[in-house]
Amino acid sequence: MFLINCPYCGERDQQEFKAGGEAHIERPKQPTELSDDEWAEYLFMRKNIKGVQFERWNHSHGCRKWFNMIRDTSNDEIKAIYKMGEKPPSQ
Amino acid sequence: MTKNLRVKSSEYIDETNRISFKFNGRTYHGFKGDTLASALLANNVHLVGRSFKYHRPRGIMTSGSEEPNAIVQVNPGTNRTEPNVRATEVEIYEGLDASSQNCWPSVEFDIGGINNFLSPFFPAGFYYKTFMWPASFWEKYEFFIRHSAGLGKSPSSSDPDIYDHRNIHCDVLVVGAGISGILAAKNAAKNNFKTLLVDEKNELGGSTIFENNEFNKIDNKTPSEWLKKEIKELKNIKNLEIKTRTSVAAYHQYNYLLARENLTDHLEAKDKKNKIRQRLLKIRARKVILATGALERPLIFNNNDRPGIMLSSAIKKYSEFYGVACGSKNVFFTNNDSAYESALSLYNKGINVEAIIDIREQSESKIVKKVKEAGIKVYWSHTIVDTAGYKRLNGISIMKLSNDGTSVTGSKIFISCDCLGVAGGWTPAVHLYTQSGSKLKFDEEKQIFLPNQNTSEQMSVGSCGGDFKIDEIVKNLNQKLKDNLNIKETDLDNIKVEIDQENSKRNIWLLPSDKPLGKTKPFVDYQNDATAKDIKLALREGFRSIEHVKRYTTTGMGTDQGKLGNMHALGIIADTAGVKMGELGTTTFRPPYTPLTFGTIVGRNVGKFFDIFRRTPMNDWHVKNKAEFENVGQWKRAWYYPINGETMHQAVQRESKAARESAGILDASTLGKIDIQGSDASEFLNRVYTNAWSKLAIGKCRYGLMLNEDGMVYDDGVTTRLGENHYIMTTTTGGAANVLGKLEDYLQTEWPELDVYLTSVTDHYATASLCGPNSKKILKKIIPDLDLSDENFPHMSFKEAKIGNVQCRIMRISFTGEHSYEINVQASYGKDLWEKCMEAGQEFNITPYGTETMHLLRAEKGFIIVGQDTDGTMTPIDLQMDWIVSKKKYDFIGKRSLYRSDTMREDRKQLVGLLTDDPNIVLEEGAQIVSELNQNPVEMLGHVTSSYFSPNLNKSIALAVVRGGKDMMGKKLFVPMENKNINVTVANPVFYDEKNKRLNV
Repeated sequence: MFLINCPYCGERDQQEFKAGGEAHIERPKQPTELSDDEWAEYLFMRKNIKGVQFERWNHSHGCRKWFNMIRDTSNDEIKAIYKMGEKPPSQ
Repeated sequence: MTKNLRVKSSEYIDETNRISFKFNGRTYHGFKGDTLASALLANNVHLVGRSFKYHRPRGIMTSGSEEPNAIVQVNPGTNRTEPNVRATEVEIYEGLDASSQNCWPSVEFDIGGINNFLSPFFPAGFYYKTFMWPASFWEKYEFFIRHSAGLGKSPSSSDPDIYDHRNIHCDVLVVGAGISGILAAKNAAKNNFKTLLVDEKNELGGSTIFENNEFNKIDNKTPSEWLKKEIKELKNIKNLEIKTRTSVAAYHQYNYLLARENLTDHLEAKDKKNKIRQRLLKIRARKVILATGALERPLIFNNNDRPGIMLSSAIKKYSEFYGVACGSKNVFFTNNDSAYESALSLYNKGINVEAIIDIREQSESKIVKKVKEAGIKVYWSHTIVDTAGYKRLNGISIMKLSNDGTSVTGSKIFISCDCLGVAGGWTPAVHLYTQSGSKLKFDEEKQIFLPNQNTSEQMSVGSCGGDFKIDEIVKNLNQKLKDNLNIKETDLDNIKVEIDQENSKRNIWLLPSDKPLGKTKPFVDYQNDATAKDIKLALREGFRSIEHVKRYTTTGMGTDQGKLGNMHALGIIADTAGVKMGELGTTTFRPPYTPLTFGTIVGRNVGKFFDIFRRTPMNDWHVKNKAEFENVGQWKRAWYYPINGETMHQAVQRESKAARESAGILDASTLGKIDIQGSDASEFLNRVYTNAWSKLAIGKCRYGLMLNEDGMVYDDGVTTRLGENHYIMTTTTGGAANVLGKLEDYLQTEWPELDVYLTSVTDHYATASLCGPNSKKILKKIIPDLDLSDENFPHMSFKEAKIGNVQCRIMRISFTGEHSYEINVQASYGKDLWEKCMEAGQEFNITPYGTETMHLLRAEKGFIIVGQDTDGTMTPIDLQMDWIVSKKKYDFIGKRSLYRSDTMREDRKQLVGLLTDDPNIVLEEGAQIVSELNQNPVEMLGHVTSSYFSPNLNKSIALAVVRGGKDMMGKKLFVPMENKNINVTVANPVFYDEKNKRLNV
């Protein structure tokens, strides 16, 4: 159970949040122009790294806002949290 | 067995308060303050259990939570019974009843004891090796293995006790209230840190509280005296909360710890009543100070498990703290100075100490000299090679140890004794430390694992951090407090400590005997009967990883999790395999540190609090009218309304007919309702639904289908345009929360440029769905001034109206195929609305119907239910709903996936209707569908998703998904059941009123 510093609400328990998978995967602007393989790459392929990973999280039982998190999946250390649309802070 | 072994009055034992309790059916007496173990020892009872595998007699070994042998069943045969409780932790109370485990018929005479004589046939991995062959015999083997497996008995009826959870936030959590914990907590609290101090025992002070070694002094007082003064001062410190009888079970990342606080287990029945038994503390601490102390190690020698063989420190605690002599002829066996402290403590109380066997060559400390002066014989460089006595130790044999410690020489000396104290050095209790994810390092000199790399804001102080002597403890604790809590001065700056310096130790993991190892029984894990032999066998058989050896030999896998023997197991593996212990690592320490009851874990979440449920505003009416309920998500929905003892089938047939023939009413309040506003609301709907929304006029309704990005149907419902930039969307009952979440996700992350705001209003509106040919007349009675003509208020349109003074939204939409209205009012008027409808509908025999009838009516019309007729693998094309997928729209969620090669296959499973050749047979939902009966293996074409007997068509109808079903219209298929094959024909899924004439009846 980690503590997550929601950029809108502050530090809260993990159980208020939902993980939303890998971050910075942008929905293609023109999906119909993609080949099956390109669409599949967007739709299905995720890195799932052991180590530092960029993730999306949602404060689902709080402000319901989505935000980004940089987390080390090997020890759950949260390196940074930043809002949607913002660039990841340089590490 | 009745001789009194009380040796002195102890301040922790109230001898004026005599308590009677039962053990194995016999009544004994003890005093207030005793544990079950100390009371039994005072009654000269050592034999308390049988070991797991060989059923060897076992006695009390320790005085704490690390106890491997003395585990008992408390209150056997009652619904409050609890197995695997450590007798060393049970505080006795009037009426306590406890019994031994793992023996039959009794602990004194145990049939299973035969295993001890068969032990040469039960090596490590016995079960793996033996029950492999023949494979078909496994069921027979299993019967016997199951019978003998497991420890203790679980209660057979539900637990009547109350349990609780509590969240605690603190600046500093101190785990363990020995000398280090107390000093740490005191200084943290004094420096304005909100501090919580917990200890598993009922008294503060740890082992220092009975530390009367005259050579150790703090400020010229014995450590015991000094600490008592410190404890008294704790009571006046602000910011400090102290919890005793509280055992930290788990240390998770981010300093989140779980502790079990025991509130009533030490009370007698009348005082327990209506009180919370145990409370789970969920602690979030800024900083954690671990002061969990150290556990004394036993020594591993031949037959080291007989009742009467105990840890040296335990003997000392029983004598000093509980005032109990564990034996009348005591011997100690040691590799360090701590046994001398125990011996002296007994000697000072007039308890006979026969001898000390020391594997070291000598020790020069003051305490050893003092022991010699007392006339206690010390055998240097000797080891125990065997012990005697079956149900109680009656003697030991010792021999001289060779210089390298691997063999014995000389002649055997027999020493008669009834109690043996074993002192193998100290192991820091690093269990919680490693649970937090922090890493250990092996200290070659001290032969212990010590905290090395902290992963969170924590520190280990006192002996769990490797400081065993009071001067080291005070000095290092002082520095750590200053560094970690950032404070300048502490109470510890001016403490004067004198100690007896000698610190020599000789570590031999497995002590030799005069017999070859194969003929001896040196137990490493007492509870699981794993011996040094088993560990060596595992190594010979090729196991190298410590985790594998553990599982193969079951070392450290008992309820005590190997708190005593794990280090020896590691040492023996390292010695045998010729590797360094530091390289070997340890097995993983997992929570809980001591077992937790299920009650503590679930807390208050039992019975009606097991899960959250939601009720509609009309719920009272449904209850009053004897509705049966079903769970839909968290909702309790009216399922059907039986009259005069009707079965569900009878009720549903009646309700369905009434709804089509005259009027029915359904509580539809549970449907998800999302209020959508903003200048881009129309564009937003275009992107989330498969069909087009831009041209929907204000005041009109439209059905929409929502896909996942993978093209599969996700949810459906009707959305109404209330204004230029204002819509209200309905979702399925179960999908409401997820749909809102998904829409928010797209809005916030993919389309932040859209000006759209979503609000869940599910709970804010109550909805009554009025349906049937007479629904218009009924609504007219309720709202006389609303023009209900088809021209003014056609199907798929919306009106705002007032019932009395109550504002309501009325949608003329239909999920049954009948002329119907969904009336929405503010939730608090829901029941009123419902009653008004019932009253107005009385002359039309208005019939309330539940979810079952709703399902039947919609199935007659071939309307899908997302989640019943779909399962996350159905596209709208599969559902034969091509009409709702816009070809013109450039994009919507899931559009691209509808053109993937896989979703375009012709032979996908597709939704069809099924009619049974015999109209009276109702198919089972989930039944498989095949086209050939004599095929082997038979090809499964699909399955039945919805099936009912339709009273309006007077025949059975079903919806099904069938591979390539779209092109199978009229084809004969089979539904093979257990006893018969049912002939079916593929049909149009719209069974009733295909032309939708009834919508305008």
